[in-house]
Amino acid sequence: MPEPSAPGPARLAASPAASFPGRPRPVLPRPDWQTVAAIFAGGALGTLARAALAQAFPHAATAWPWPTFGVNIAAAFLLGYFVTRLQERLPLSSYRRPLLGTGVCGGLSTFSTMQVEILKMLSAHAYGLAAGYTAASIAAGYAAIHLATAVVRRVRVRR
Amino acid sequence: MSLLLWTAVTLIGGAGSVLRFYVDALVSSASGRDFPYGTLVVNLSGSVVLGLLTGLALAGDAWLLAGTAAVGSYTTFSTWMLETQRLTEERQHRKAALNIGVSLVLGVAAAALGRLIGAQL
Repeated sequence: MPEPSAPGPARLAASPAASFPGRPRPVLPRPDWQTVAAIFAGGALGTLARAALAQAFPHAATAWPWPTFGVNIAAAFLLGYFVTRLQERLPLSSYRRPLLGTGVCGGLSTFSTMQVEILKMLSAHAYGLAAGYTAASIAAGYAAIHLATAVVRRVRVRR
Repeated sequence: MSLLLWTAVTLIGGAGSVLRFYVDALVSSASGRDFPYGTLVVNLSGSVVLGLLTGLALAGDAWLLAGTAAVGSYTTFSTWMLETQRLTEERQHRKAALNIGVSLVLGVAAAALGRLIGAQL
C-alpha cells in the first residue's frame, strides 16, 4: 500500500492499532487540526475545479464523460507526482501530503460519478461505450501514476 | 445566488474530503494494510449514495451540492489508482487485479442498488 511509509502525524496516530497481536481494532485517527485543515482546504479546491468543469461541460448519458475522465486522469498524475516526491524526495512535511494528496487530488477525482456514469451507459444499452470508458479510465489512470512516479524518480536526489 | 452556491460547493467539498480521510483511516486501522480496504469502503459507500441520489432524480443545484460536491469529493479515483500501481510495484499482481475488479464490479452494483432504492422512495 502506498500508505505504510506515508509520513505525517495522521498516519502515525492511526498506526499503533496495527502492532497489536491478533485482530486489530478500528481506531479513530486523532490528527492535529493542521492536518484536517489542510485536507479541508485542498479538498475544497479540488472539488471546486471538478464541479466547475462538470457544470461547464454537461454531456448526455450516452456520450463520453470528458469532464470526469479529464479530472480523474489529471488527479491520478498529480497524486503520483506528489506522493512519490513527498515520500522519496522531499524532507518530511506534516501538511503537504494532506493538502495536495488527500485534499486536492482526492477532491478533484471521483469514483462514484464514474460508477454512476457506467451504470447509465449500461442502462442505455451503450455496452461498448461503457466498456471503452471503463477500460480507458483504468488504463490512463494507471499509466498516469506510473508516468508521474517515473518522472520524479528520474530526477537525481540533490544532496 | 451563484456566489452562495459555489461557496457551498467549496465548503461541502472540503468536508467530504475530511470525511474520506476519517473513514479510510478507521477502516485501514481495522483491516491492516495488506489490501486497500479503506479506499474500497469509501468508494463503495459513496457509490451507493450517488446511486440513491440518481434514483431520487436529483437535478440542478441539488445534484451539484449533494452529488457532485458531497459524494464526488468523498470518493476518489486517484488514490484507487495509486494503491493499485503501488501493489504491482511490490509484485502483488493478484491483489492489484483484485483491487481493480472488485472495485469495478461492486462499484457498479452499489450504484445500481442505490438507484433501485432511490427509485422506490
